[in-house]
Amino acid sequence: MSGASLALDTDAEGRRWLRLSGTWRLMALAPQFEALAGELDRQAAQPGIGWDLQGIESLDSVGAMLLWRVWQRRYPEILQLPDRLEPVFERLYAAGKTPEAGPEAPRPYEWVATVGRLAIGLWRHVSDFVALIGQLVLDIAHLARVPGEIPWRETSANLYKSGVRAMPVTALVGFLIGIVLSYLSALQLKNFGADIFIVNILGMGIIRELGPVLVAVLVAGRSGSALTAQLGVMRVTEEIDALATMGVSRSLRLIFPKVAALAVAMPLLVLWTSAIALMGGMVSAQFQLDISYGYFIDTLPKVVPVANLYIASLKGVAFGMLVALVACHFGLRVRPNTESLSSNTTASVVSSITVVILVDALFAIATRSIGMPI
Amino acid sequence: MTSVIEIDHLSTRFGEHWVHRDLNLEIQAGEVMALVGGSGSGKTTLLRQMIGLLQPSKGQIRLFGEPLFTGNAEQERNLRRRFGMLFQYGALYSAFTVFQNIAFPLRELGVVDEDLIHDLVMLKLSMVELLPRHAWLMPSELSGGMIKRVALARALSMEPELLLLDEPTAGLDPDRSESFVKLIRSLHRQLGLTVVLVTHDLDTLAGLATRVAVLAEQRILALGTIDDIMQVDHPFIRNFFCCDRAQRALQSRASEGVA
Ligand SMILES: Nc1ncnc2c1ncn2[C@@H]1O[C@H](COP(=O)(O)OP(=O)(O)OP(=O)(O)O)[C@@H](O)[C@H]1O
Ligand SMILES: [Mg+2]
Repeated sequence: MSGASLALDTDAEGRRWLRLSGTWRLMALAPQFEALAGELDRQAAQPGIGWDLQGIESLDSVGAMLLWRVWQRRYPEILQLPDRLEPVFERLYAAGKTPEAGPEAPRPYEWVATVGRLAIGLWRHVSDFVALIGQLVLDIAHLARVPGEIPWRETSANLYKSGVRAMPVTALVGFLIGIVLSYLSALQLKNFGADIFIVNILGMGIIRELGPVLVAVLVAGRSGSALTAQLGVMRVTEEIDALATMGVSRSLRLIFPKVAALAVAMPLLVLWTSAIALMGGMVSAQFQLDISYGYFIDTLPKVVPVANLYIASLKGVAFGMLVALVACHFGLRVRPNTESLSSNTTASVVSSITVVILVDALFAIATRSIGMPI
Repeated sequence: MTSVIEIDHLSTRFGEHWVHRDLNLEIQAGEVMALVGGSGSGKTTLLRQMIGLLQPSKGQIRLFGEPLFTGNAEQERNLRRRFGMLFQYGALYSAFTVFQNIAFPLRELGVVDEDLIHDLVMLKLSMVELLPRHAWLMPSELSGGMIKRVALARALSMEPELLLLDEPTAGLDPDRSESFVKLIRSLHRQLGLTVVLVTHDLDTLAGLATRVAVLAEQRILALGTIDDIMQVDHPFIRNFFCCDRAQRALQSRASEGVA
């Protein structure tokens, strides 16, 4: 395939002709685009020059557009255009006739509108979230009256996916954290000769605080993102609309099972992870401080009042519901494009972790006088 | 005449299910080859194999004379720039506006002049009968037919030598399909495009195809001009071509006089 070329000559009558030849197509033009455009512009500026396009073998719309722009969107006065190329330029001519409206020009005081949009966006988030919770309460009331409609299958599937399947990873992380925590505390406690307090530290720290928050963070990253992505894709592919047309309530069939499953699975995961983390701590304490397993297990119930277990389970329920609700909230906000899907999934994980930590602080304040060792 | 696509003893299998068995087909430069066949007969699969998106289970495909799946990245990249594909469901980039979708191949090919890109995008839009204001919509805001047309505009914006169209007129109103046929026909005439199209629409078929390949029973059952194909005695072909609506479409073609 030959490239695009041009040549100048003067005919018998003394008229100067610019003769174009070769292949004027995108693939051939792309490497020499700038140079060619500059050269054509220079030639077009000369008065009385003739354009001869008869040598052009093939011309696509990129080549034609290049010429058309050089000609300032009209045919030059002196032009030899073979018939076969005419339709190409006719299309350009037709395209130029439709009036154009670009994207909206930026207005003055745009920042006011931006601030307003942000505020409205925030308000929408809050009101949508409240509406989601309200709908859930209505669903629960409805299910209490009509227990036959409880979506057992979906709930149990979610329970398996976000509960049972999370057990290995939470156990692994919990065990390692228990070891590290116990090791670091032991280093300090040895200095004070306060070895036996390792049980108090690990017991209170892991059961009351670390266990619930750790599990919540892991579940938010693991199941929260999955729930958001699932709901988001269902919106992109209009599956949610399809469900709605079949008279299936999306909140009853999609959201309730997820929230219910995490509300059940999370406290169990918290207990499981805390137990494993304590085991990790126990192993480490035995190595470092020579505290026997028997002593550790014996002392634990004495220094950690049982109320802490209740608080931990309550936290588990609350965190589980929050993670699921936040995930569903963002999943339902996904607009049908990939960019929105990815940003909402990120937002879902970040927000649910933040919310969990905020609520954990509230728990700390509300339960400050409960379950402390005497 | 050089052949653009050569399919040589191709077989395709999904699990235990054979879609193609020992299929041969050759597509010459400058022809408009229509691929017809029942739903699920493997037309889309064959198109995907032609452009190297899917590796056949057996057999070989040569595109522009060069074998696919050689592992040579540079060669494959160059090959991929020579054809445009219109996917059955559009496959627009959902995070981009219509404008960015159409401009994307141009930018990839190294056109940097933003004004020129703008003019070209507007030209492509007008070629597929969309309005300039549609350029700022997102794919999710388009109707089904509009998605088809934007996808065509995107496939055309690379100015390909080979155009593969998977059911281009499904979902278009009759008026639009007719102007689509006209557009492709004039592009074909001016640029010497090679077109491979899959269609169930007899008007499109009659208006465009210079040759027809019938895909049935896992192979190319018949190959030739429409008139040749209609002579073939096979249940699928009888049903496809020989009922009333087919006759109507073909008659109008005869009266128009297809080039
Ligand atoms: N990725 C895949 N995995 C398994 N089977 C597949 C896959 N893609 C296609 N098939 C099967 O291959 C067969 C052919 O599919 P194909 O999409 O090519 O059909 P088609 O001829 O384009 O049909 P239509 O006219 O309905 O679009 C079908 O039976 C389909 O189920
Ligand atoms: Mg198909």
